[in-house]
Amino acid sequence: MIAFKLALKNLIGAGLRTWLNVAVLSFAFVLMVFYYGMMDGWNRQGKKDTKDWEIGQGQYWHPDYDKYDPYTIQDAHLPLTPEIKKQIKEGELTPVLLTQATIYPQGRMQSALLRGVDPDQKILKIPTSHLKDTQNGYSAIIGKRMAENTRLKVGDQVLIRWRDKNGMFDAIDMHITAIFKCDVPSIDNGQMYISLDVLQHMTNMKDEASILVAGENSDLKPIENWVFKDTDFLLAEFDALIQSKKAGGTILQGVLLIIALLAIFDTQVLSIFRRQKEIGTYIALGMTRKQVVGIFTVEGGAHSILAILVGAVYGIPLFIWLNTIGLSFGGSNADMGITIAEKIYPYYTLGLIVTTLIIVVISATIVSYLPARKISKMKPTDALKGKLQ
Amino acid sequence: MATIINIENLVKRFPVGKSYFTALNQVNLSFGRGEFAGFVGPSGSGKTTLLNIIGSLDTPTEGSAIVMEKSISELTHKQSAQLRNKHIGFIFQTYNLLPVYTVFENVEFSLLLQKMNGTERKKAVMQALEWVGLSDKVKSKPSMLSGGECQRVAIARSMVKKPEIVLADEPTANLDSKNSHHILQTMKTLNKELNVTFLFATHDEKVMKYLERIVSLEDGKVVSDKTSL
Repeated sequence: MIAFKLALKNLIGAGLRTWLNVAVLSFAFVLMVFYYGMMDGWNRQGKKDTKDWEIGQGQYWHPDYDKYDPYTIQDAHLPLTPEIKKQIKEGELTPVLLTQATIYPQGRMQSALLRGVDPDQKILKIPTSHLKDTQNGYSAIIGKRMAENTRLKVGDQVLIRWRDKNGMFDAIDMHITAIFKCDVPSIDNGQMYISLDVLQHMTNMKDEASILVAGENSDLKPIENWVFKDTDFLLAEFDALIQSKKAGGTILQGVLLIIALLAIFDTQVLSIFRRQKEIGTYIALGMTRKQVVGIFTVEGGAHSILAILVGAVYGIPLFIWLNTIGLSFGGSNADMGITIAEKIYPYYTLGLIVTTLIIVVISATIVSYLPARKISKMKPTDALKGKLQ
Repeated sequence: MATIINIENLVKRFPVGKSYFTALNQVNLSFGRGEFAGFVGPSGSGKTTLLNIIGSLDTPTEGSAIVMEKSISELTHKQSAQLRNKHIGFIFQTYNLLPVYTVFENVEFSLLLQKMNGTERKKAVMQALEWVGLSDKVKSKPSMLSGGECQRVAIARSMVKKPEIVLADEPTANLDSKNSHHILQTMKTLNKELNVTFLFATHDEKVMKYLERIVSLEDGKVVSDKTSL
């Protein structure tokens, strides 16, 4: 108790020196909470968007299908059994048929992955209802990025060439009936959506699909001949990306924290040097050296307490404001090729704040203890004289 | 008069480069309860060194120093701190008050270390401040006080725990004549009323006039030990 009382009095008595150290440390603390909050916010939003737009609550794959190997797509299709159809009808699953194709927008040639989807599906947010518009012929919908890459607009016609189940080439004109906007580039770049029935007919794969996407009310039970991929598997790449971003950010945060702690270390060294007489007095009054070391350690560590309080004063309103308006990363989202919302809303948890708090307090206490150890070797008689030791 | 300090064949040497400097050389002294005595001598005669050893801030190189029946050489750091906390008060030339604490808090400090309860502490502190005539300055900080007032606070701090021994190292060196006399009269009164042993290290003539016993030191040796009537 004496140590805390003395520490606070000495800190406040030191004036500007204390507040400069506190300001730097509080900045480091607030920035750490903000950065990890932003990463967590990005993570949560990204996962939610990916689930809403692409993976649902999990997917059943053809056993040979590999998302990263386009050569597997050709043969990765299985018939939809009556049991599967029942689940589709009940809204538990939605089938997706995949076929590689080449499209010719404005006479240019471009690869695309055709995704045959059920126009009536409600599991994914893709506006598949636009595929029911067949007044101009076969309909297709594409994402905004795909539209920019291909320079296609709503109402445009595009030639598509594909190979059917037997390896025969065929071609057809499709009308773009809608362009949707989403933050998940993997379902946008190079993808074109057409009605499942139409694609099944085009490829001669009647009643077949490559992937079954599970909805919220699916019980995710095994389906014969299909391999279930849960959301952890499907989001592993995104998770890895977030972890690598966090790791990179951690290094920067660490450097900032070290700079702030260095300031406290310097202050402590100077303080002990200047207050030798005071140290001698404490010992003369009956304190043990260990207790005196404790006073100076607590004094240094108390910087972190003040830093947290000061950080809370400006940090809390800042975080609330950022959480309200969100953080925009502008038009760079489209070029990054990663799932990132146009506006990220940071997500702060009690765990994040407490962990950061503990790191700051412990590290400040350690850097305060290191120079204070010297006190245990001081001669009180020399300290009382203010003699350099 | 019970003996509370007993020094026998005390030698203290300090290393200086490759050789040694002998600060105290075969000192033999004893002091009883309630004495008002002082060590006088020129600079470097060993006055402060002797005071530091009695106060357990330093240890003898040879010989023994028994204070309150405890051998200074054999005390651990913790025991040494306890001896100082409970039985010895210090008064320094430069007052050595804690600048961030008020007068009350400075005087209270030793009692906090003894873990005395709040009510008793307050009572003891106010009593000590009354002894030195500073009851109206409880909330002042040392920077607001004069030199004489600072030294009176230091006296109150040393006396608040009612020690058996008070060690005063050149207590009047930074004070003018009027304040010096005032301080010395206060200490004399406390010595009489509380039967506290006061030991001074001084070369100030004004202090010597108040001392009942003068131990003269020269080059670390006791050259005379006189009791005044």
